[in-house]
Amino acid sequence: MVMTVLRRLGQTLFVLVGISVLVFLVFFATPGADPTARIAGRNASPETMARVRVEYGFDRPLPVQYARMMEKLFVTRDLTSYVNRGQKVVPEILEAAPVTVSLVSGAAVIWVVLSVVMGVIAAALRGSWVDRGLMMLGLVGISIPVFWLGQVVNLVTQSRYHESWLFSWVPGLGYVPLTEDPLGWFRALALPWLTLAVLFVGIYSRVLRADLVAVQSEDFMRTARAKGLSPARVLLVHGLRTSMITFVSLFGLDFAQLVGGGALLTEVVFGLQGVGRLTYQALSNLDLPLIMATVMYSAVFVVIANAVVDMLYLLLDPRVRDGR
Amino acid sequence: MLLVVRDLTVALPIGGRLVPIVESVSFTLGAREILGIVGESGSGKSVTSLAIMGLIDVPGARVSGSVRFRGRELVGLAPRAYRALRGREIAMIFQDPMTAFTPVYTVGRQIDEQIRVHQKISRADARSRTVRLLGDMGVPDPERVAGRYPHQLSGGLRQRAMIAMALSCNPALLIADEPTTALDVTVQAQILDLLRGLRREYGSSVLLITHDMGVVAETCDRTLVLYSGLVAERGPTGALFAQPGHPYTAALLDSIPPLHGPRPARLPSIPGSPPAPAERPAGCPFAPRCAYAHEACAVRPALVASGVQDVACVLPAEGRPLPPRFVAEMSA
Repeated sequence: MVMTVLRRLGQTLFVLVGISVLVFLVFFATPGADPTARIAGRNASPETMARVRVEYGFDRPLPVQYARMMEKLFVTRDLTSYVNRGQKVVPEILEAAPVTVSLVSGAAVIWVVLSVVMGVIAAALRGSWVDRGLMMLGLVGISIPVFWLGQVVNLVTQSRYHESWLFSWVPGLGYVPLTEDPLGWFRALALPWLTLAVLFVGIYSRVLRADLVAVQSEDFMRTARAKGLSPARVLLVHGLRTSMITFVSLFGLDFAQLVGGGALLTEVVFGLQGVGRLTYQALSNLDLPLIMATVMYSAVFVVIANAVVDMLYLLLDPRVRDGR
Repeated sequence: MLLVVRDLTVALPIGGRLVPIVESVSFTLGAREILGIVGESGSGKSVTSLAIMGLIDVPGARVSGSVRFRGRELVGLAPRAYRALRGREIAMIFQDPMTAFTPVYTVGRQIDEQIRVHQKISRADARSRTVRLLGDMGVPDPERVAGRYPHQLSGGLRQRAMIAMALSCNPALLIADEPTTALDVTVQAQILDLLRGLRREYGSSVLLITHDMGVVAETCDRTLVLYSGLVAERGPTGALFAQPGHPYTAALLDSIPPLHGPRPARLPSIPGSPPAPAERPAGCPFAPRCAYAHEACAVRPALVASGVQDVACVLPAEGRPLPPRFVAEMSA
């Protein structure tokens, strides 16, 4: 088991290095694009160009440039933005990360709880109108574009009915740090959480229902019923526990993808200065250092989440533990 | 009588209409008796056993007839009452021990679960009973085996654990659905030994479902031969093997390699295959494959007494029963 974990960590490191090399090559070693000119800015004097070239090592071979870049990202952390001169990139991301993590974690709690409840009820009442209704609802959730839903939510809670008793608790758009004001944090994020969760509740409840229905025909479910267990116990203790294996792997990927910047639309609609929004800005300004940093940040999360999912597998499925 | 099954009919919806899979099956099972139900795949053996367990849950399925267990009618029994019976008074062993345990829990935990569902005892007491049962079933180092996951055990050990689980609440009736099919031959013999020993040590009756005539000869007191969802023949195993009354029984027996005498170049087999449930002929279902088929077979034959057996064939009534077979001494 310890070996499995160590091997997995080794792979994680390897993948991260691979991604960083790839991103570096794409953005800094593309033929025809001189990063020096972009960093130094328009109409820069030859002296400035020369200084930048030496500082970033652009006059040296690619491996050295790569090492410089990684040093600036991870060790000295003084990589500066091309667009806002002097703005350090790494602290900017570290500032945005808590916003995104707060948004995604809250939404994840909501979507996991709701989708498990919906999926289990639908599977237990398979074929009934409750099942059909819940699955239809899931489909509606999947089909609603998140930016549209967010705008509608804002329209209703921020302007139209803001003064009514129902929505008077909703604060203005923006983020309130958890450490400053926990209640304010919760109020600011409650609606973004729900908005972001809608899509995933739809997907996850449908996936879980399908898994639970498929597991019903397994031999061990018949054994469980032959033991005289109640239908609820058969479904929850034997069925759900086994179906959780797929659910968890899906969750790991989605969660990482969102924390890595995938919640961009929700962040923009609700005025949250998160990583997704930062990535969006970096891309529209072609701010290479910021792109490099956000992509690396996102990659780190996806890869770490994958590793965590694999560890969870070890806990969930004893067959994986024995390397089968 | 512990179990009296009368005219059990199970119909499942296939292609929009109800098709009878098992038709008017009747048999009885006494205390400490082992009854073998034999037939090819698709003959309705497993459906019969699942109907007795009340585990047919295909939407739209219909179970009719009567199953009386200790005088109590099981067909139409309320789910809650059935649940109290299942696992406690009627237990079942399934064919494939590889897939019959939930893969994510230890074997011991799954046996504990069954005990604790039916009896109010502590976790520790349940576990000590589990370990004792595993030991009784010939599992070496039962304490360690109880803590292992199903995939970590061999097929034989898993089937022993399965039997231990089935016996955990001392059931009066044990239904074993092809318990040895998925196992090695040597392990098969051990498991059959174990089943035979159960009635002595636990006083259980066993309904043994199999397609293997050899298993029946070794294990069962009485035998029920099913063909295409209908009873072809039933009677004491010894008599049935010595003088089969139904051509299907005779053909099944002919397909066992003989222990004595010259070795046949090629074992006789039954030509054709059994009809699909929806395409059963109106007359005798075996007629299309039967060497003795004649006009009288166009009407479905009733089950009639012939010697000590009951046979669903017109031959005995027509005064030309099948010839007796030479049977070397049988293990009783």
